[in-house]
Amino acid sequence: MNELLNQLAFGWYPYLAITVLIVGSIMRFDADQFSWRSQSSQFLRRKQMMWGSNLFHLGVLVLFVGHFVGLLTPINVFDRFGIGHGFKQLVALIVGGIAGIAALVGASMLLHRRLFEPRIRQSSSFGDIAVLVLIWLQLVFGVLTVFWTMRHLDGSEMVVLMGWANAIITFNPAAPSLLADVAWVYKLHIILGLTLFLITPFTRLIHIWSAPIWFLFRPGYQIVRSLGAVRRSPTKDIYAAPPNYGGTTTTRQQAESGEGGA
Amino acid sequence: MRIRAQVCMVLNLDKCIGCHTCSITCKNVWTNREGMEYVWFNNVETKPGIGYPKDWENQKRWQGGWVRKKNGKIVPRQGSKWRILSKIFANPHLPEIDDFYEPYTFEYEWLQKAPELQAQPAAKPRSLLTGEVMNKIEWSGNWEDMLGGEFAARSQDYNFEGVEREIYGEFEKTFMMYLPRLCEHCLNPSCLASCPSGAIYKRAEDGIVLIDQEKCRGWRMCVSGCPYKKIYYNWSTGKSEKCIFCYPRIETGQPTVCSETCVGRIRYLGVMLYDADKIEAAASVENEKDLYPAQLGVFLDPHDLAVQAEARAQGIPDQWLEAAIRSPIYKMAVEWKVAFPLHPEYRTLPMVWYVPPLSPIQSAHEAGKISAKDGMPDVRSLRIPLRYLANLLTAGDEAPVATALERMLAMRAYMRAKSVEGRIDPSIPERVGLTAPIIDEMYRIMALANYEDRYVIPTAHRELEEDAYALRGSAGFGFREGTNGSSKTNLFGGAKRTPKKNPYMDVPT
Repeated sequence: MNELLNQLAFGWYPYLAITVLIVGSIMRFDADQFSWRSQSSQFLRRKQMMWGSNLFHLGVLVLFVGHFVGLLTPINVFDRFGIGHGFKQLVALIVGGIAGIAALVGASMLLHRRLFEPRIRQSSSFGDIAVLVLIWLQLVFGVLTVFWTMRHLDGSEMVVLMGWANAIITFNPAAPSLLADVAWVYKLHIILGLTLFLITPFTRLIHIWSAPIWFLFRPGYQIVRSLGAVRRSPTKDIYAAPPNYGGTTTTRQQAESGEGGA
Repeated sequence: MRIRAQVCMVLNLDKCIGCHTCSITCKNVWTNREGMEYVWFNNVETKPGIGYPKDWENQKRWQGGWVRKKNGKIVPRQGSKWRILSKIFANPHLPEIDDFYEPYTFEYEWLQKAPELQAQPAAKPRSLLTGEVMNKIEWSGNWEDMLGGEFAARSQDYNFEGVEREIYGEFEKTFMMYLPRLCEHCLNPSCLASCPSGAIYKRAEDGIVLIDQEKCRGWRMCVSGCPYKKIYYNWSTGKSEKCIFCYPRIETGQPTVCSETCVGRIRYLGVMLYDADKIEAAASVENEKDLYPAQLGVFLDPHDLAVQAEARAQGIPDQWLEAAIRSPIYKMAVEWKVAFPLHPEYRTLPMVWYVPPLSPIQSAHEAGKISAKDGMPDVRSLRIPLRYLANLLTAGDEAPVATALERMLAMRAYMRAKSVEGRIDPSIPERVGLTAPIIDEMYRIMALANYEDRYVIPTAHRELEEDAYALRGSAGFGFREGTNGSSKTNLFGGAKRTPKKNPYMDVPT
């Protein structure tokens, strides 16, 4: 039974969550871009937003990059560069710990205003509150892992977790068995993290995909849209070559004046 | 030379009676829905006053518009692109909904449904954000109507810069004017420049600035970026919305709703041709007082045959060229120079212009002392300080405003002589640099203001852009999303954000 649960949670659930994340996000973008938004509540209440939101987002960004690089890079790469496991563990512990606490403080402030500020509470959907509660829990678990990690600063547990993440990426069926003896707090953290991936397409979390870094590469500042772009496109030049609808057609301007229109 | 056309507006403040018909009709058409209760795409402010939202003209506080850097380039006042992105998690310059006002309604239904009571039932105000009872309404969309409130609060008006404001708190010296405001559909919009998603765009064909609701992600930088505070965050949909210049009406040659319903006939709509290549240089001139003449320099003369030929070559339809020649905007802004941009110092090159209002002379006692030629008093003796109008319309340059007011006074004097005394006096127009035929035309356009003279709007040439054959029959029953399926749940997007409503609350307005 235990083995089956382990297989479900750490063997199959990751694929389910990531598939739903990617396919679901594409489907939502395709079907309903109007619903694609960050749904900021700053306009309703400014209080706690400057500190809360900045601490939370910056902390989470550091954590995200840290997890991405730290878990998915094969351990051989670190070995090749001569980065010791103990050193990597310590860096992850310190950087992750600071970012985690910053994000947790921020998330707590944001959760507080969402639950106890009547304007925001009243205009929140179930999903808005659920997402924030789940992220807050995830940050709590994440910060809690620090106490377990302190027990093996040589990085042995970290190497196990990296091995699991690598095994999932490389479709290695042995992945779930690697996690059999890992402490419960790591397991909860992984399951909750995958759940956040799973619900992303159905909540406001999709705004993560839209981080507008392309703004930096926009030439100049102004944007002008013209319907004329269609007009001047070579395939649709109605004066040069009227489209053929199964018979001879002449545009009205040409018919009346004998020349290429206004 | 890149020639583009824009449908622009001029508002003749001299005739505005502050009736708010424009605001009400606009609201009923465009912003009467959840999340937009606090929004007035068009609002009418009583000046002097701090306006809607509070203190909107104070860009030190809201950081709207552009600033000129030392190297002569302009950047949005809230920062260059990377600085805007750094504020994306929490925008320090974003107004709160209370800076506009907390939307509310009254328990109207309670008045009908109340059982027999000891006292008369009262309709309590309830917030449309929370549904809770509001004990006291402290602010609303037009709180300063007719100089409501204390002068101390209203005197924070930014346009008192360089005016001895204390004097105007005295009852005998007080003055007021109306300022109807809508989106300026700028040539150099700073809302657009601030949008990280690239959702805001200006239409090349008619210059209307719109927000692509599909592309907006709700980063809310446009709200702080617009110096006129005419971009509104819809707290329900999480997207920004703005005045759309009634583009579905404009495209079919009809005036905007605010113009159509203006009972004072103060609004004018017409085409202006401009050179898009000159925009950046005009917005970057060093001295703020030069921004108004610089913007005049961006406009092209539609009577110029070379301009006409080039415009045709660049695809501007003949109908639009003809409209540009007949444009009342061109006459008032360029030929007669009686209309001015609102706050040109924001460097956005706004395209909704204003004719400054005349006002009574300061006092009957002074009237005897000042020189009045043909009953025309010195414009500096008018009740509304010239400097105040100049701060509003020309970045503080009094000379152009004085000339405009003199021309409007001359029009009155000339027409009075003509229609009351029956004499044509060519010396009156000459004194203000005009001729008798011009004054006659000014009178026709500005005083009589017939419908067809006020609104010269060419229709959009969609037939050139769309394939009507392919489009025919495509609008009908819900072939697209939204109507298919019987389930009420929406997998993507979640439940609609509707605050709890008290049973006695009316439909939100």
